[in-house]
Amino acid sequence: MPSLKDVKMKIVGVGKTKQITKAMGMVASAKLRGAQSRIERFRPYASKYREVIGALAAKVDGVSHPLLTEHEEKKHCCIVLVTSDRGLCGGFNAAIIAEGLRLAGEARQQGMDVTFLCVGRKGRDAIRKSSYALGTTYGDSMGSVDFALASAVATEVIHKYEDMELDEVWLVYGEFVSMAKQPPASLRLLPLKAPAAESDPDSGPMCEYVYEPSEAKLLEDLLPRYVKVQVYSGLLDTAASEHAARMAAMDNATRNCDELINSLTLLYNKTRQASITSELIDIVGGAEALKG
Amino acid sequence: MATLRLEVVTPDKTVINTDAEMVICPGVEGEFGVLPHHVSLLSALKIGSLRYRVEGQDKEIFISGGFVDVNNNICSVLAESAEHAHDIDTARAMAAKERAEERLARREEDLDEVRALIALQKATMRLQIAGGL
Repeated sequence: MPSLKDVKMKIVGVGKTKQITKAMGMVASAKLRGAQSRIERFRPYASKYREVIGALAAKVDGVSHPLLTEHEEKKHCCIVLVTSDRGLCGGFNAAIIAEGLRLAGEARQQGMDVTFLCVGRKGRDAIRKSSYALGTTYGDSMGSVDFALASAVATEVIHKYEDMELDEVWLVYGEFVSMAKQPPASLRLLPLKAPAAESDPDSGPMCEYVYEPSEAKLLEDLLPRYVKVQVYSGLLDTAASEHAARMAAMDNATRNCDELINSLTLLYNKTRQASITSELIDIVGGAEALKG
Repeated sequence: MATLRLEVVTPDKTVINTDAEMVICPGVEGEFGVLPHHVSLLSALKIGSLRYRVEGQDKEIFISGGFVDVNNNICSVLAESAEHAHDIDTARAMAAKERAEERLARREEDLDEVRALIALQKATMRLQIAGGL
């Protein structure tokens, strides 16, 4: 049986761990609120883009833009892997990395070589240990996701795609579905698939539109921006998901600490009683001996 | 007086959401004005100043390119960044301008001239708008 002092120390130790996990959980929930509101603020921008590009693409039929065309020979695939910088958020990063590696495996089977472009430290560390090539990395950036970062990532893959250095580009990130659900998601960035035009009965016939400059020119200007929009929404989603996942993980940890403290307290009391009993036996035994 | 809805949206927030009497946009093929009940229009915008009139007062805002969609008497401007004159960080713009000028002047081999020119243009425009108060 452990000594009383050992058990007491252990209880104090677990109590301190609990304080830390509780604090981390609260920090994560505060950050999650911030991340969620950024998603909210980005939504009008993204939806307007989808609307306009959908309408344009429907109008400019059979347009041959370099970002829309599939390359005939597919040799190089790039996977943009968006993970968090820090751990302690359950299986969140592991799930995203597994999804990325699954995609990479598929691409390899089709005879393509795969390069990873990593945003976030966790993904970078994992890919470094894998058999895949690691391209540009953007570490320590998930704390302050901004449009410039999305812009840099998108510009890099767009340039390489246009120069035929890449034939397919995927984005793998943590989708923010709800507080309890952040599944890994993947999306093909390039070649780009134009969003379907949403037919809005209120907007009237589209043919009245005036375009300046021409539709094709506009599309040329808007498509690269649309890639940026997609990357940015992936980054924002991952940031929010990370905090939600960490909140859940820290909640669990705090609860486990409570359980542990309960069982340790029970053990402490048992040990205390046992020692009192044995002391009593000693005293009673001693007294009997003296009487004798 | 007839008005139209003006929305200026960036990835981070909605900068303007107001009823305006007139909007003047820096289109890639020249500036153009949008009055209430304008025909549906989609145009690309260049780096420049977007001017609009609210209740007889003229206001100006910096936008770093993007596009404008006019439909149903709503004028929505989508820009990567948009700043009111009083929000512009003049010190930063000044520094950016000097940096860009220096890069252009030095003419190093790996100079990305397009990027430097864009940076210069943005900085100059910001300073111009901030100074015009």
